[in-house]
Amino acid sequence: MSGSKARPLTFFDKVWEDHVVTMLGQDTALLQIDRLVLHELSGSQVVRALDEAHRTPDSRAQVFTVIEHLISTRPGRGPLDSVSVSGPAMIGGTRAASKKWGFHFIDYDDPRQGIAHVVALELGIALPGSTYVCCDSHTSTVGAIGAVAWGIGASEAEHCLATQTLAQAKPQTMRVNFEGELPLGVYAKDMILALIGKIGASGGIGYAAEYAGSTVRSLPMDGRATLCNMAIEFQAKYGFVVPDDITLEYLKGRDYAPRGAQWDQAAAYWLSMRSDEGASFDKEVHIDCSQLKPQVTWGTSPEQVMQIDALVPDPSLQPDPQSRLEAQRALDYMHLKPGMPLLGLPIDVAYIGSCTNARLSDLRAAAEILKGRKISPNVQAICVPGSTPVKRAAEAEGLDRIFKDAGFEWHESACGNCGHIGDDRFANLRTISTTNRNFKGRQGPNTRTHLASPVTVAASALAGSITYAVKV
Amino acid sequence: MEQFVSVCGVAAPLMQINIDTDQIIPALYLGGTDAKGYGAHLFANWRFRGDGSPNPDFILNQEPYTQSAVLLADRNFGCGSSRERAPKALREFGIRAVIAPSFGGIFFNNCFRNGMVPVNLPIEQVREIVTLVESSHGLAQISVDLERKVVELPDGRQFAFDVPETLRQMLLLGVDEIDQTKSHQSTIDAYRELDRARRPWIYVDPAPMKPTIRSTSDE
Repeated sequence: MSGSKARPLTFFDKVWEDHVVTMLGQDTALLQIDRLVLHELSGSQVVRALDEAHRTPDSRAQVFTVIEHLISTRPGRGPLDSVSVSGPAMIGGTRAASKKWGFHFIDYDDPRQGIAHVVALELGIALPGSTYVCCDSHTSTVGAIGAVAWGIGASEAEHCLATQTLAQAKPQTMRVNFEGELPLGVYAKDMILALIGKIGASGGIGYAAEYAGSTVRSLPMDGRATLCNMAIEFQAKYGFVVPDDITLEYLKGRDYAPRGAQWDQAAAYWLSMRSDEGASFDKEVHIDCSQLKPQVTWGTSPEQVMQIDALVPDPSLQPDPQSRLEAQRALDYMHLKPGMPLLGLPIDVAYIGSCTNARLSDLRAAAEILKGRKISPNVQAICVPGSTPVKRAAEAEGLDRIFKDAGFEWHESACGNCGHIGDDRFANLRTISTTNRNFKGRQGPNTRTHLASPVTVAASALAGSITYAVKV
Repeated sequence: MEQFVSVCGVAAPLMQINIDTDQIIPALYLGGTDAKGYGAHLFANWRFRGDGSPNPDFILNQEPYTQSAVLLADRNFGCGSSRERAPKALREFGIRAVIAPSFGGIFFNNCFRNGMVPVNLPIEQVREIVTLVESSHGLAQISVDLERKVVELPDGRQFAFDVPETLRQMLLLGVDEIDQTKSHQSTIDAYRELDRARRPWIYVDPAPMKPTIRSTSDE
């Protein structure tokens, strides 16, 4: 560290280097993993595989399990309730293994329960400068706190459970600079959708993405989490914000955050991890936020996105024949025609939920639109808070009444209808959703999903068609 | 862990961009904790019609592609969800190598743990292979050799590819990755001793142990 000609390092470089246990050949490091989080969908598979191999967890104190993927969101749900036929076995298996091995376990009825990535921020399970993995591609959500967090498969998770390490090739670094003040009615979701539209769904392959710039610096933790959540939608496995005052203020006092003298030691360490003067990135991207408008997707990949008042793009304008074909396929699936506006397009479902956009500030923003109004009679509107603490806090503020009076269903927290695990209620319907994926069939058989911010979803629920807040 | 050295066989062109893991195996079929049983649901929404019968228009339902050992795709194959049932479903169907210009990063890593190799080739080369495959009505045998890091066509054309060396060795030897890591245990222990002093807050107290209960899934 004391070399006078040391190459200036980025935050990511420093965190990575501090976790290298040993190099496994030239391109791959064996990394210390500070936090492993398991949920019942993949976690149940992981714990069974570990058992069958007659192995035991290496560092149970650093393993957290949360019931959130398959558990029902129905008010009054029971311990094994699930719309998935395999749900009860997977929930039960995860619960049993958590108790058997003594993991930190957050069950369906725990007041701290919720979607793992939401809970991990709320409880301080994810810490700045830590490595954090979970069998879920949206794990990078917790990069909002300055963790280096990424999604892994079940085999990698089994390896991590057995050794508390992972073999990883170091990615290149990308810095996304969001600059300028967000216009009224434009949110973090619009920022990230605009970025994905600009660099494409594969624009981040092989990169770890740092979100920087004046817009990010002034975003509270919830908005940062939304940005980090969708890193995988442009294929950066890692997305994060370098810790700053907002980070420390958010973290202090949370359940698993350090306290007292250890807090001071940790805070000094975290701030020492900031990028060195002159550190460079392999790729830089710039987004002018002052010019952004609300975004909405028109296709079946998050890259197929447009400004909400634009016209559906013409596939023939795509740069290559394959992209033209792809765009046409997407339009056919979505029942759309080139050149038509999305504004005014009737919707069947308005969905507010998921690890992307169901934190308290999201619910508050939506409630502000809904207050004293009624949703269109043609729309099913559903709110699934991102965590039980979010739900309780919203109820304490009376937000649940606003949602319910407007005609929204008000659910218990879980992953819900972000992905289709057995509930066909969105089959063949058009939804506008605060979630992260508009893939074919993602929310149900032939469900046509438009991704947007909570405010856009709330406004569209009232109108019964796609619209944005300032137009309601 | 299943070994992979080389494969030579039928290659199916599935030339779409951004084929996500929800298409490779829809979330509806992720149920259960078994290590196997996912091949039947590979590309379920494309391979089967609404009534469950095979969709004759889908390439993997057509001869000789029902015997495919290699899949050819456009960029960002395996993007989306981290579900490892995606490579598992491909492997159970018989696919040993996917050739594409780029891959979703989590899917890429998952392949190596399931006896499959993801091969990055520029789109022009993928298209060359597709042209040859189509002109042979699918009969051309495409070889993927991980030992030599080369894709070879029956007419002798060769395309070199690269994969992370550590993962390549793991797959070539079929080593158990956990055993391999455990062989570094003394290095890991030494790292942690230093790390505990440097970052004590990471090493939180364990949750209190509770008595084991029988779950309904044990029956």
